[in-house]
Amino acid sequence: MLENYLPILLFIVIGVAFGLVPIAAGKILGPHRPDAEKLSPYECGFEAFEDSRMKFDVRFYLVAILFIIFDLEIAFLFPWAVALDEIGMFGFVAMVIFLAILVVGFIYEWKKGALEWE
Amino acid sequence: MGVEQILFYVFGAILVFAAGMVITVRNPVFAALFLVLAFFTSAALWILLEAEFLAITLVLVYVGAVMVLFLFVVMMLDINLAPLQEGFTRYLPVGIVVAGIIVAEIYFAVNAEHFGLQAVAEPVRHAADYSNTRELGRVIYTAYAYPFEIASAILLVAIVAAIALTLRAKRQSKYIQPEKQVIVRRKDRVRIVKMPPEREEPGTS
Amino acid sequence: MDSLLAIWSSVPESAQLITLTVAKILAIVIPLSLSVAYLTFAERKVIGYVQVRIGPNRVGPRGWLQPIADAVKLMFKEIILPSSSNKFLFVLAPILCLGPALAAWAVVPFMDGVVLTDIDAGLLYILAISSMGVYGIIIAGWASNSKYAFLGALRSAAQMVSYEIAMGFALVGVLLAAGSLNLTQIVTAQQGWVWNWFWFPLLPLFFIYFIAGVAETNRAPFDVAEGESEIVAGFHVEYAGMTFAVFFLAEYANMILVAVLTAIMFLGGWYAPWSGLLPESALAIPGLGWLLSDGPHWLLAKISFLLFLFLWFRATFPRYRYDQIMRLGWKVFIPITIVWLLVVGGMVIAEVPPWFA
Repeated sequence: MLENYLPILLFIVIGVAFGLVPIAAGKILGPHRPDAEKLSPYECGFEAFEDSRMKFDVRFYLVAILFIIFDLEIAFLFPWAVALDEIGMFGFVAMVIFLAILVVGFIYEWKKGALEWE
Repeated sequence: MGVEQILFYVFGAILVFAAGMVITVRNPVFAALFLVLAFFTSAALWILLEAEFLAITLVLVYVGAVMVLFLFVVMMLDINLAPLQEGFTRYLPVGIVVAGIIVAEIYFAVNAEHFGLQAVAEPVRHAADYSNTRELGRVIYTAYAYPFEIASAILLVAIVAAIALTLRAKRQSKYIQPEKQVIVRRKDRVRIVKMPPEREEPGTS
Repeated sequence: MDSLLAIWSSVPESAQLITLTVAKILAIVIPLSLSVAYLTFAERKVIGYVQVRIGPNRVGPRGWLQPIADAVKLMFKEIILPSSSNKFLFVLAPILCLGPALAAWAVVPFMDGVVLTDIDAGLLYILAISSMGVYGIIIAGWASNSKYAFLGALRSAAQMVSYEIAMGFALVGVLLAAGSLNLTQIVTAQQGWVWNWFWFPLLPLFFIYFIAGVAETNRAPFDVAEGESEIVAGFHVEYAGMTFAVFFLAEYANMILVAVLTAIMFLGGWYAPWSGLLPESALAIPGLGWLLSDGPHWLLAKISFLLFLFLWFRATFPRYRYDQIMRLGWKVFIPITIVWLLVVGGMVIAEVPPWFA
């Protein structure tokens, strides 16, 4: 089984190299004439007022948290889907209960307006 | 030394290095990124143990989801670093004591007596078509069905808690529902009243 | 030739294995990069014809050398590192975008047995590796230290994360139907003609997977991350020259990846639409017989069709509003996928022919 993962490791290395080589080539071949105006961050022609790393709507955090929960749910679904033919009706019902409990959470989210964007 | 062992030491070294950087590096964004690297290399170590489902799930859940949230939080908060480092010398003794206790606990729990080949049989190498995921699936939903349902209850609590904590603020943005705009009739908005003139128009009297 | 063979056999076995694997990887990655280059050309041509223009036609015969000219041009452009940016992360971001887009190809089967590595957890690997793509975008947005880049990265990250859930549920549906995480086995489970493929029993999941794939790659009509008219170019507004080109490469490589996965999981991979229906004698005709029988050319045809849909969408649909995107992802796709998962689970237990028999 391990020998199957060696190509993946190599592929990741080559994938990174494929990104690195063109950038290095561009760095070498391209001109390099920096000036203060060119290097300033883009902001429609005037100078930036403040640091651009600002606080933002809490909704984005909420989306990330809900994503973690649903991602875990998917992680639980994977072995279930693979083994469904062996675990039969009992396993199916176990998953229906699992999903039902989470659907309660989903409905709560929906009703509370956590999924509303305006 | 086989390829496998070399890989183990390489990944182990990267993992220890990354974990060290997480707690020593100044910029919190870099700390989070080193944590990503640490998760990634520990997934590689799990693959060396042939725990492929767990390893890939580690990447999927921790790298793909949890660390995205961490990065969101860390990137967007203006954390001022100076005050965080103020009490360093004051807390150092307590820190050393706590660290010492943890190291001792780890030593007693994980020392070589409990592990090693004499305590645990050497793991069997499996063929490429061996499905680790199927093995897990076979037991989680049958033998461990109860803990599995508990897990969903915990996730439910997490959903409720996350919403309760983040959705406290009142809506500030002004939002117009187009369907309400469309169904408005003239008589709901405009009222024409007849009233006598306030003063005489010039030139009439 | 003999001396070359002698040199080859004198190399230690592990080095032989690594060289061979690297050669195979290059045999995947280099044609892939060429297809990316020509996909950009196809995009400009297709959108051109949709809008009754001819598209690029100046460089080379009928414009065929255009992508090469673009690549050379970008190569000689200055790479700008904005003054207030975090230089290291700024350069790292495009690489983090491209790496996963390429690495996912390690498990893609081109034919029965023609696959770089046949790991058992192929589908899980794909899901995990494609969830890493979001890092490149977040880091790019943050490292640029520009408001537009930051807004674009935020939007893009929240959007990708939302559609990844629907995508994950759709994948679970596929593996319920196939009973395996291995991509080769997923294709062989669909052996036969069009009716036997998974697109029909998994129809809602098929549409959702493909649409989520469009959203995941930040393509029109879900391209609010770039949204030229509001936030200039989104997360890569500060990038120039080759660093920008790598982002571009990653976006198109991701498009091709989504197309190939859709073809493998829902459209029967390398099976011909009439696979198993034609008599043996028809398949024995030289030339035409090869064309009619199963093979990688069918996979290629399906990928091309799906990629054409990507371009067609871009030419046809106006951009979604952000709240509409989030509504579609959370309130439409997730409920449909959950319901359909249970339906598929029921069908698998009831062993509905011809798919689950």
